[in-house]
Amino acid sequence: MRYLPKSQSDREAMLSDIGVRSVDDLFAAIPAQYRLTRDLHIPRSYAESEIVEFFRDRAAENGQGYSTFLGAGAYSHYRPVVIDSLVSRGEFFTAYTPYQPEIAQGTLQSIFEFQSMICELTGMDVANASMYDGSTGAAEGLMMAVRVTGRHKSVIAASVHPEYREVITTYARHQGMPLSTVGYSKNGRVDLEALDKAVDGETAGVLIQSPNFFGTIEDVSAIADIVHKKGALLVVSIAEAVSLGIVRPPAEADIVSLEAQSFGVPLGFGGPYCGVMATREKFVRQIPGRLVGETTDRNGKRGFVLTLSTREQHIRREKATSNICTNQALVALMCNIFMAIYGKLGMKELAQQNLAKAHYAAQEFKKSGAKLTFDGAPFFNEFVIQTNNDPHVINDKLLDQKIVGGFPLKKFYPELGNASLWCCTETTTKASIDAAAKEVAR
Amino acid sequence: MNSKIKKASTHISQNEGLIFEKSSPGKKAYKLPPLDVPDVDSSQLLGVLQREDLGNMPEVSEIEIIRHFTRMSTWNYAVDHGMYPLGSCTMKYNARVNEHVARLGGLAEAHPYQPERISQGALRIIKMLSDQLIEITGMDAITLQPAAGAHGEMTGILLVRAYLESQGNPRKKILVPDSAHGTNPATAAMCGYAVENLKSNAAGMVDMASLEAQVNEDVAALMLTNPNTLGVFEQEISKIADLLHAKGALLYMDGANMNALVGKVRPGDFGADVMHLNLHKTFSTPHGGGGPGSGPVACKKILEPFLPTPVVVTKPNGMLGFDYDRPQSIGRVRMFYGNFGMFVRALAYIMANGPEGLRQTTEDAVLNANYIRKHLTGAFDLPYDTPTMHEVVFSDRVQARNGLKTGDLAKRLIDYGFHPYTVSFPLVVPGALMIEPTESESKEELDQFIDAMKNIADEAENSPDIIANAPHNTRVTRLDETAAARKPVLRWKIKLNEPELVTK
Repeated sequence: MRYLPKSQSDREAMLSDIGVRSVDDLFAAIPAQYRLTRDLHIPRSYAESEIVEFFRDRAAENGQGYSTFLGAGAYSHYRPVVIDSLVSRGEFFTAYTPYQPEIAQGTLQSIFEFQSMICELTGMDVANASMYDGSTGAAEGLMMAVRVTGRHKSVIAASVHPEYREVITTYARHQGMPLSTVGYSKNGRVDLEALDKAVDGETAGVLIQSPNFFGTIEDVSAIADIVHKKGALLVVSIAEAVSLGIVRPPAEADIVSLEAQSFGVPLGFGGPYCGVMATREKFVRQIPGRLVGETTDRNGKRGFVLTLSTREQHIRREKATSNICTNQALVALMCNIFMAIYGKLGMKELAQQNLAKAHYAAQEFKKSGAKLTFDGAPFFNEFVIQTNNDPHVINDKLLDQKIVGGFPLKKFYPELGNASLWCCTETTTKASIDAAAKEVAR
Repeated sequence: MNSKIKKASTHISQNEGLIFEKSSPGKKAYKLPPLDVPDVDSSQLLGVLQREDLGNMPEVSEIEIIRHFTRMSTWNYAVDHGMYPLGSCTMKYNARVNEHVARLGGLAEAHPYQPERISQGALRIIKMLSDQLIEITGMDAITLQPAAGAHGEMTGILLVRAYLESQGNPRKKILVPDSAHGTNPATAAMCGYAVENLKSNAAGMVDMASLEAQVNEDVAALMLTNPNTLGVFEQEISKIADLLHAKGALLYMDGANMNALVGKVRPGDFGADVMHLNLHKTFSTPHGGGGPGSGPVACKKILEPFLPTPVVVTKPNGMLGFDYDRPQSIGRVRMFYGNFGMFVRALAYIMANGPEGLRQTTEDAVLNANYIRKHLTGAFDLPYDTPTMHEVVFSDRVQARNGLKTGDLAKRLIDYGFHPYTVSFPLVVPGALMIEPTESESKEELDQFIDAMKNIADEAENSPDIIANAPHNTRVTRLDETAAARKPVLRWKIKLNEPELVTK
């Protein structure tokens, strides 16, 4: 086996050193009746060339070279090649959690930069080293609101990603966290009147998403007023991180749960992605996950360490803020590099292109006879249209032209009928928008 | 430099400030293509929701980014440098072909909601990995959705809870041995269970008398790591399972140490009802400086109806697809289908090994740990002399007489060119040195490690100050963790007259 660095004579020498006759003597503790006396029924060992061929075949079965209008929580942005070039350095990807800071300053400083840039972008005071993803991050955001307020109930906007809501339901079920849902109004935004009624003195947290699942940008400050008036915390989930380049950050939020996949993370059929949680300084001791802080060594030189770990499971066990341990460090590094590449100017220019493409598409679709389902509130790079035909039928036609159409919403929002959610990013071409516009008209 | 330090020597590494400190207005590392649609007036479209500015986001060029991250990377120790014997973390070689295939366009660029008919390759990978992990664990069903080990634990305990609820009573408690990882009790709490501690016996195994006394109709499950965190295989495992099952409780196996078992014994065969695997430990997906992981949960038939949605099924037309119609499911534990990129890598690892390779891997991992144990016993105190498998736990009892703790010895090991072992865990061993070499170490590397540890034991007797002040050859000396926690500085902020901290 080519990954194993020992010859048979090495093994024999070591066995005789240990003082056993065969390696099976080292497995004597396993009761004989359970020892596996046959080979595992898995395929034989493959050569590297065969492995590459196997996965090339799978990649080909997956369909390549399609242009896509899918967003809905996973966004197709261009990934600068510098990202993979750097994260492929073994010093980064074959290192462990930086528990020994003297030989992990590379990982630690990069996490510190990641935390800092996330704060700059979200308008929060502190950010953690990462969460699994946006969905579990949103759930942990509400759990954090419960810890901070000492209250138990949570209110979630129906315009939050439906799969996020499913995850939150799973997390909340046995933690004594009753959940309720508040609907959306005609312009696709949270129904403020309904929200005002839903939030009361027992509400710990209110979760909204902005831009929301329909692509509509919420009026965060109006929502925050309602939430704060009742003493609850506002948790804002952001699934499309590129929006932060041009959309005002949710500065009135108490907790921001960001899915940073848009920052240079491959779509990868849904993962690994990069959640991250940010909050106000006063809530830092209730934040889940790892935090990196600045300090000095014995010579006064700047360095970085994991800090405030008394919140975490390895110290606090069942009283920890979360059970999270391994998170998404290498993916956070991708995001860090992406943010450094685009920086202050590029983040804005990138977001501007997304805005322009989506608005061009919405306009062309309207010209073709599709209706915008939610009108009257601003959107970023996603929008919902209503078509005469079932969107699945439209998408089948587009698929023949190697275009993946918008996401049909009937599965999650039966009340919206033939609605579908379309996303345009900087990678969407005018040609594919024009081609799609023809089909949505039918 | 000490002439006994053979594996490492000092070398120049570059200083590098924070990315923000390299910023200067107008520098760029990006270029977007010309916009092929009419531009829009963002202030008109967004109004008050338009962002005014991007604060102190950096402005740097591409070469500066390359140097910035390359320089920082050289400050890390990694498996690619050498032995990384962190106990319970299984720091093994991360094969390059795994990275290559995970980045193939059709896989890396697949959108999770793209139609099933252009997702057959991804679905096939999920199905194949699922089937092979089921065979490896001896279980009946699996979900790949959990994002990491702790997430898998939560999923597994939710399965237990859903099953017991379907039997009429979710019960109240989870038993957790005192040697367990902190994630176990934290998980039980997140699933609405009280945690009850279970004592280990003098051999470092579950104390059967305590277990018998503590298992009753209030107990939902025992969360057991096997081999446990001492590296000891729980010899009474089938009796433990029987005891639990007789009272209607289930056996959850924490699979963190599965690298000691693959191809030699299957948890499903010795009575485990549900377990998680860490693809980033046993199946060689990279740790990445702290993730991403992947924590599939395998279970017996009785728990299958409760698995998270969706599950991959073969449809009547022979195509693979997702089944969302699972009325008894615990629901989703994360969006989409899990850390798919890690599935690709784990499957590539299993394919490279085959049945013989996986067995040989396990045997080498156990051989390496026992070789270290043999050579370091005497130099270090071995608190439990029970036979161990893939890892061995010593204590600092001997060195503590000279005021040197496990953490000090670990810092000295850095000077010798090794990453330290796991410090102060498991908690059942005061001053623990927990060493897991994995199969990836050659005899030469092991011998160097043994030499280094023996030298450190000598130094502890003869020149304890060298250890107390270690490490000596790193870019930074010991960092002030107390100050970091007392006045947390968790982000960079723009300061006027910033002192030159880096080069000081």
